[in-house]
Amino acid sequence: MSAKTPSRLEKILDSGQLAVTSECGPPRGSDPEAITKKAEMIKDHVDAINITDNQTSVTRLSSLASCIHLKLMGLEPTLQMVVRDRNRIALQSDILGAASFDIHNILCLSGDHQVFGDSSQGQNVFDLDSMQLIQTVRLMRDEGKFLGGDDIKRPPKMFVGAAANPFADPFEIRVPRLAKKIAAGVEFIQTQCIYNLDKFELWMKQARDRGLHEKVYILAGVTPFKSAGMAKYMKNRVPGMDVPDEVVKRMAGVSKENQPEEGVNICVETIQRLKECEGVRGFHIMAIEWEEKVPEIVERSGLYPRPKDL
Amino acid sequence: MIVADKKPIEEIIDMVKGYQKILIAGCNECVTVCEAGGKKEVGVLASALRMYFMNEGKKIEVDEITLERQCDHEYLEEMRNSIDQYDAVVSLACGVGVQFMAEKYFGTPVYPGVNTCFMGVTEERGVWSERCQGCGQCILGKTAGICPISRCAKRLLNGPCGGSTQGKCEISKDLDCAWQLIIDRLKELDRLDEYEEIAPIKDWSTERAGGPRRVVREDVRQ
Repeated sequence: MSAKTPSRLEKILDSGQLAVTSECGPPRGSDPEAITKKAEMIKDHVDAINITDNQTSVTRLSSLASCIHLKLMGLEPTLQMVVRDRNRIALQSDILGAASFDIHNILCLSGDHQVFGDSSQGQNVFDLDSMQLIQTVRLMRDEGKFLGGDDIKRPPKMFVGAAANPFADPFEIRVPRLAKKIAAGVEFIQTQCIYNLDKFELWMKQARDRGLHEKVYILAGVTPFKSAGMAKYMKNRVPGMDVPDEVVKRMAGVSKENQPEEGVNICVETIQRLKECEGVRGFHIMAIEWEEKVPEIVERSGLYPRPKDL
Repeated sequence: MIVADKKPIEEIIDMVKGYQKILIAGCNECVTVCEAGGKKEVGVLASALRMYFMNEGKKIEVDEITLERQCDHEYLEEMRNSIDQYDAVVSLACGVGVQFMAEKYFGTPVYPGVNTCFMGVTEERGVWSERCQGCGQCILGKTAGICPISRCAKRLLNGPCGGSTQGKCEISKDLDCAWQLIIDRLKELDRLDEYEEIAPIKDWSTERAGGPRRVVREDVRQ
């Protein structure tokens, strides 16, 4: 693997150093400070910042516009793009829009079903799926072509990512599914939040057995629990999430005021253990509406300072 | 079959309350099988309407008929001689039948008596579920005979998504994950290796996206 785009994230991964990414959810309004303040909190501790795309199908300020705000701050955004809301015209158009601002990272996702959000009576699109969006970005970048076959003037230069959920069912196809995304052209993976480390390590082992860890950069996803209630909610209510009972018990076992600290402890311990897991090339810290904790997590995990001058 | 569900009687009353003589027209095909618009349901609806209007002190006449099919000229023609007696028709056929009736009897108001839902199967009496969305380019040969377009909530051609949990879809615990079903059957058929073939971007032009569709068969055309 050698760097093919101007992406800083790609360069860091390519250099063999552990990468650190995080994410910011855009606001339910048009105040740009809601984005820039979150970014200020984490910018010195991460290499790139994902901007979520109407996550959980709740309507928010657009991912692309938010990424532009980050670019204007001199930061490196990762444009999350779901296929739920855009057909192939809109997807390609937004990719070009992002490329026009030199946004160099994209994360190709299917997106939560709209039933979860504020527009459950709305249409969905799903013209392409996430696998096909990966192929589309690679086609646009590498061949300079639109899906329709025409040439693109100044093609996008994007480092292409996708999600992987080692914990969704059926487990037996989770590694074949990763292989499929790699075959589609994905270059980095950010995983679902990891709480069940044994299962994650099994998934990584199966990926290594097929040599997949040498074909894609895998960033392990972590999310600190703010409270025992959040742990229970994630365990019981969030589809595709695997929170073992002992983790919920550990959170519930400390007093309410100490639960945030315990959540951060679990997160740091997870990162420390997974640093030793062969094939894990970095971490994606999703501190949901708790961005101020990212610097502490990064520092305590021994991932600070971040590389400069690449 | 085309699966339909009954409309609430209040909605039907609201549509026809201004007429003097109405005809309830059933269909002996799909809507009979799914117990929404066959001869039996025509009788039940007609009786309920008569009772309602009688209680309201209104003199409204309600007649009944059930055609073999409402999607063919031949059977709809059976109403040609009697249609002018009626101020309005409530068709209990699917949306196809309602429209074909309206096209044929241009001067007679035709109202839908059912909500047309989908193309599907009878899982058990009283439970019907979707199997096909008529995309115009069948891919069942590639997906172990299980359609991800009609049965995956995201129509993923390369599923499952990260929301598949214990065989169920992220949108409902009552809904099977189509991709779990596909994988189970690929395994049963000893074809699981096919899972890793990437399904190409679909040409949706033969689906709803391409506009109203027609099939023209010169070989059978007269």
